[in-house]
Formats: sequence, C-alpha cells, structure tokens
Amino acid sequence: MEIKKTCLHDRHLALGALMTPFGGFDMPIQYKGIIDEHQAVRTDVGVFDVSHMGEVRITGADAMRYVNHIFTNDIATMADGGIQYGMMLYPDGGTVDDLLVYRNAADDYFLVINAANIDKDVAWINRQSNGFNVNIDHQSDRYGQIALQGPNAEATLRDVLGIDAADLAFYTFTTLDRDGDNIIVSRTGYTGEDGFEIYGSHATIQNMWDKLIEAGVQPCGLGCRDTLRFEVGLPLYGDELSEKISPIMAGLGFFVKLDKEEFIGKEACAEQKANGVTRKLVGLELEGRAIPRHGYPVLAGDEVVGEVTTGYHGISVDKSIAMALVDTRYAALDTPLSVQIRKKTFPAVVVKKKFYKKSYKK
Amino acid sequence: MSKIIEGLYYSESHEYVKVEGDFGYIGITDYAQHELGNVVYVDMPEVDDEVEQGEEFGAVESVKAASDLNSPVSGTVVEVNEALEDEPGLVNKDAFANWIIKVRLSDKSELDNLMDAAAYKAFIKE
Repeated sequence: MEIKKTCLHDRHLALGALMTPFGGFDMPIQYKGIIDEHQAVRTDVGVFDVSHMGEVRITGADAMRYVNHIFTNDIATMADGGIQYGMMLYPDGGTVDDLLVYRNAADDYFLVINAANIDKDVAWINRQSNGFNVNIDHQSDRYGQIALQGPNAEATLRDVLGIDAADLAFYTFTTLDRDGDNIIVSRTGYTGEDGFEIYGSHATIQNMWDKLIEAGVQPCGLGCRDTLRFEVGLPLYGDELSEKISPIMAGLGFFVKLDKEEFIGKEACAEQKANGVTRKLVGLELEGRAIPRHGYPVLAGDEVVGEVTTGYHGISVDKSIAMALVDTRYAALDTPLSVQIRKKTFPAVVVKKKFYKKSYKK
Repeated sequence: MSKIIEGLYYSESHEYVKVEGDFGYIGITDYAQHELGNVVYVDMPEVDDEVEQGEEFGAVESVKAASDLNSPVSGTVVEVNEALEDEPGLVNKDAFANWIIKVRLSDKSELDNLMDAAAYKAFIKE
C-alpha cells in the first residue's frame, strides 16, 4: 500500500522532522525532541499535524438514531455544537474504534476516527446502515487538521490566528468562515491540556500552520502526542483498545451508556459489567529507570498474568510507568507485580492509570 | 552532520570502540544518539560479564524505543559508566566522551572486522 502524505508533509520535511509511517501516513515523530515538545505542551503551547485523522459525515432523517446505534455514548443528550467521545463496538464488545462525534444538527453528525482504522471504519459504518435513512459521506481527503494544545493555546489562537474562543466550552465546537472556507474549531485534544482542534481545507490548514510556526509555536510530533496522552491515562486504539479489548476492560465504562435503548455491543458490555471482566487495564509504577514497552510480559511471581499496553519513562512524572492489561485477580491497587524487560524483571505495583493530572479548561 | 572521531573502530550497528592498550571503551556513535533522540535509560551489563563481538550486551532506550547494544569486540567487562545510571542524557550531550562499558579485549584481531572513521563516514552516508 502506498504511504499517504498529509497536506503539511512538505512542512515537516522542511523543518527537519524525523518521519515514520503511522496509520498509513508518513508522519513526524519529532522535530526538536520528544521531551522539549512534551514540555512545550505542558507549560506553553504546541501545534500538531493531525490531518491523518479520518472524518465521516452522517446526515439524514435517521442520523441520530443511526449514530446512536453504532456508538456507545448517548448522542440524544447532545445539543448542536456538542461533541461526545465514545466507541464503535462489535457485537461481542470488542472495539472497532474510538472516536469523537460532533453534532451539527439533529440530522447532521461529523465523526472523527483514527487514521489506522479509516478503511475498516468506513466499511463498518456503511455495513450497519441498512434500514436507516442516512447519507454517509467519507470526507477524510477533504480535511486537514491541526491540534493547538497547551495552557497558552487560547491566547495563541486569538493572537496568531485571530480566533477568539474564550467562550468555547470544553467538548464543544463552532464553525467559522475563513476566506470562504468553512472551518471547524473545537475545544478538544489528546494531551490532557487545554487546547483546540481545527479542521479545514488543505489550503486553510497549511496557511494556519505556517502562521503558527512563524509566530514561534513549537511544532510537535506524534512522539510527544503519545507521551502526553499516556501520562493522563487516555487510551490509544491498538494499545488500550482493540477488537479484543472492550471499553469495559479498558476502564472506559463511563462512555458506554447501558441505559440507552440499544447499540451494537450493548449486551456484551452489560454482561461484562454485571459479571466482571477477565482482564482489566491498570496502571503500573516500576522500580528503576528501565522502560516497560508495549507487549512486555507482566508477572505475578513466575506466572505471566498480563502484558504492557503502553509504557514510558514519564516525562512530566519522572518514573517508569505503564498501562497494562492484566488478569482481573491482579488488578487491585497496590498489588505487587513485576515486568520482564529483556532478560531482567523489575518490581512494579498497581497504581491508578492517571499518572498526571489533566488541566482542561471547563 | 554527525561527528566522527579518527582512530576509533566502528560497527555497522553504530557502536564504537576506542582502544587503549588491552582495553576498549565501547559506546554508541554521535550518529546513533542523534537517530535515537533523547536517551532516557541505558541498560548495562555487570562488571565481569563476558561480551562477544556482534552479540547484544545491553540496550539504549530513547523515549520512543529500545535499541539493542551490540558489542563491537569480545572481552570481559571491567567497568560500566555509572554516570549514565543517573544521567542517561549524557549520551546525547557527547556520545564519544560518554562511553558505556570498558572491556578487556580478548582478541585484538577482531578489530579488523570493524570500520575505521573514513569507512564509517561513508557507511552512514549510504
């Protein structure tokens, strides 16, 4: 499969970014360095190219009923301009993808899906729509997207891009006209900091990116996007969620509204909630500086009882920490476990998954 | 442009060995540290461990990934650079000054299997 490029690809090369394939796209991992970029977002502001994300618009008379059929959260509770996070599930509770749903109107929704899952999701969304009066429009190629994240994101958005979003509440969006282009600005992100995500035409996004870089905003790669989201306990599809990992196992039951009339995967999630799950996502804190990576075995004594889903030497939390999927018997806080890292094992203890406190502006 | 030092021996997996008498100081090259990014952990062997040419003896971890360290020469570890335990980022500051292990070489003829500075310079340009 040919690797895809975002509309900002030439900017990344010009900035000397270290590039790597991610979700079918050639994406920047880092520019200046993961640690510096991570700190920029925690303490100031940084801009990410997230144009690889996919977009699907669902409109029509049955749009609300249909989105609620494939989505775990309850969009009937949302007003125009509202956004919800949730998942699309298989009937057995395994996760198709996690996504955001934006409500333009009661019969008009905008779904933002993970790059690596675009083909699978679009096929899934189309396949479930029999019997619903909806129009499904796959719009990924139409949009570029940047994420402006950090405590100074609001001021930067105003001063550099001329967009006053002071009154935009967390998990809401607004649409604006920008030189004839209809753009979406939402107060969302994937870093645990205040910030915005902006969707627009390729030309608009290129223009905004250039202005932000010229103004000295730190460009940030996928490297720090992962360290930032991980420290605040946000899941990444493929690590903490997968076709084998349900949101209940991942501790994301809050986004699964079992009191909703129906949705795909509801029975499986209700069963898991009632009877408990066999594996559960936990946080681990390790002794020493060695780094637990995705797939490393988690042990209780000599027995393998789980595996690491994401791990780092935390940047804002100066410790070796991980999220791991473990046998539920070993998931209680303070349970002593160990992680095998190459030939050695390192003592670990179960802790809360939120290693660092989020600083959302709500 | 990566720094390369004359007089050292280089491996294709981007380790160097600086030979002084019967001993060799082993580390990763400036090119390697640059490719890795911020080094946050160096997994080192223990004194008296045996290392073999081309065999893994530890790992260097950046924020993003772990990379095996392969020994450019065979020998016995006589010292590990303990400063890297507390400050692994020294490898980024100066990869050649901050060697990782010191070994007593068991077979100096193995150095013939390694590249000199000019050959390594050509190698990383490929």
